[in-house]
Amino acid sequence: METIIHIDKLIKRFPAGNGFFTALNNVSLQFGKGEFTGLVGPSGSGKTTLLNIIGSLDAPTEGEVTVLGQSIAHLTHKESAQLRNQSLGFIFQTYNLFPVYTVFENVEFALLLRRMPAVERRKAVLEALEWVGLSDKAHSKPAQLSGGESQRVAIARAMVKKPALVLADEPTANLDSKNSHNILQTMQRLNEELQTTFLFATHDEKVMNYLRRIISLEDGRVVKDERFVHTKI
Amino acid sequence: MIQFLLKGVLRDKNRSLLPVIVISIGVFLTVLFSAWFRGIFGDMIDVNAHFSTGHLKVMTRAYAENAEQMPNDLALLDAEELVADLSADYPELEWVQRIQFGGLLDVADEQGETRAQGMASGRAIDFLSPGSREAERMNIPQSIVLGALPSRQGEALISHEFAERFGVKVGDEISMFGSTMNGGMALANFTVSGTVRFGMRALDRGAIIVDIADAQAALDMADAAGEVLGFFKESRYDEEKALQVKTAFNAQYADNPDEFAPEMLRLNDQNGLDEYIALSKSMSGLMIFIFVFAMSIVLWNTGLLGGLRRYNEFGIRLAMGEEKKQIFKTLLYEAVLIGAGGSVIGTVLGLSAAYYLQEYGISFGAAVQGGGMMMPEVFRASIGPEAFFIGFIPGLFSMTLGNALSGIGIYRRKTAELFKELSV
Repeated sequence: METIIHIDKLIKRFPAGNGFFTALNNVSLQFGKGEFTGLVGPSGSGKTTLLNIIGSLDAPTEGEVTVLGQSIAHLTHKESAQLRNQSLGFIFQTYNLFPVYTVFENVEFALLLRRMPAVERRKAVLEALEWVGLSDKAHSKPAQLSGGESQRVAIARAMVKKPALVLADEPTANLDSKNSHNILQTMQRLNEELQTTFLFATHDEKVMNYLRRIISLEDGRVVKDERFVHTKI
Repeated sequence: MIQFLLKGVLRDKNRSLLPVIVISIGVFLTVLFSAWFRGIFGDMIDVNAHFSTGHLKVMTRAYAENAEQMPNDLALLDAEELVADLSADYPELEWVQRIQFGGLLDVADEQGETRAQGMASGRAIDFLSPGSREAERMNIPQSIVLGALPSRQGEALISHEFAERFGVKVGDEISMFGSTMNGGMALANFTVSGTVRFGMRALDRGAIIVDIADAQAALDMADAAGEVLGFFKESRYDEEKALQVKTAFNAQYADNPDEFAPEMLRLNDQNGLDEYIALSKSMSGLMIFIFVFAMSIVLWNTGLLGGLRRYNEFGIRLAMGEEKKQIFKTLLYEAVLIGAGGSVIGTVLGLSAAYYLQEYGISFGAAVQGGGMMMPEVFRASIGPEAFFIGFIPGLFSMTLGNALSGIGIYRRKTAELFKELSV
């Protein structure tokens, strides 16, 4: 399997009082293309910090992190932005849709940043909305959507540019059980069809049941790295 | 992308309607007050120039020293020749003779006995020469309340206030007592051809206006004039050109010690108008500065509130790979768009209000009277070419500055906090 994320002896420290707080301590991991992996652990274990660094939103204090062949520590702000724009998708706990734009326009925004021609853009957005089953809501505003529908729009927005890697931080935290399963099934299907790597930060049992790899973090260290041939669902 | 942002601006009333209203109000006030100040200052300069100072004025040195006493015994002699010389040397100006005089107006009853008397402040201008623009220059045709302009020798206009007070009617005979240029007693009879009201207390109080030839005859001032006034033919006062003419003219008499040698003064040199002109020049700049400053603070505040409200939007855009510089630039584009929209609306409203004030003005009556400077009672606006663009300076600048200041927050934003911030 092609490795798309390579993490070697990663240490991340934050200033705290007169000293430092170590959020990640000597973490070494590799992620292959098409993985459906979760980072699990209690609050403060380092899940989100790791997602931040992989998403080129933050830089390591020590160690090496390579995402899609690019060393995160050595990226300029512009290169970081380009990496996120070209290759990464983000899904957040709250949906963070632009309230004044329609569903279509929310999804379209990611492609506007890429300066994609209008005809191709339209085709890609409609395709993404079809993936998440929201073709009929293209002209609705976010305020007219349910929580589940909003998160599906967020998934379509993350997936429309067909990124190599999607980072999702507690994507089901605000959803009921039925909507959570619906969302996870959608992401699982996209992962299989498009070979997109999904990396979750979660402590939701429902999410864990869908994962093919679970990395447990505690106090910034990897304490367990389990792989499953078949998911539990 | 521009189209996308435009949609957002139009749909989000907090990003468009509120700032547009704020800018429109500011621009409206800027345009209105700049046009109004222009009108007031311009009117005051014109009134003083047309009635009293001219754009340039020639007097004898002795007359100039005591000008407020209207000392016609110190008047210019050979005035016709002087006017001809001035017209030849400075053809860009129109030169006219004027006489100011004081006296007593006597109104007789049917038996010829004095019915009423009052102090008179007289002015003599060229009513009757063909092509003379003096009556129009002093706005007399528009100021006539009853009757008409003098159309022949021996006719006079008197102030409407005076006519009402003493029951003088058009066609009545009045007598004017004064002193001649040589110190003798002057007596002249005039037929009232009409009454005038200028709306300026200094002019309306006991005014009598006669043809200059009548005044010269009555005051023994043959070919003499108290003052020779010069007016730029384009009608606008040009301070620099006036200085050049004055300097050149006075240089001819620099070595002449005669107190009756002519001396030329600019409008600036008379009635304290120099400071006044300087004030009028700085007023527009001051207005723009005040509005830019005040509106920048308001719009900065609006931008900050908008920035807080759009915190998530900017976060998502950063996470999706938009550069901070690009987000900041789009914020400025929005500012320019909204600033331009607000400026257009504010300018249209400001011009409409200024047009109303230009046509009707606001009367401040007696509150503005007094001092040596003549002031119109009705303050009118004057829409000049700058009124069409002056509002765009504060409108565009304030909005852009306000958004730029609030947009600094984008650069301070730590992308490492995005997951945390966007998950709340």
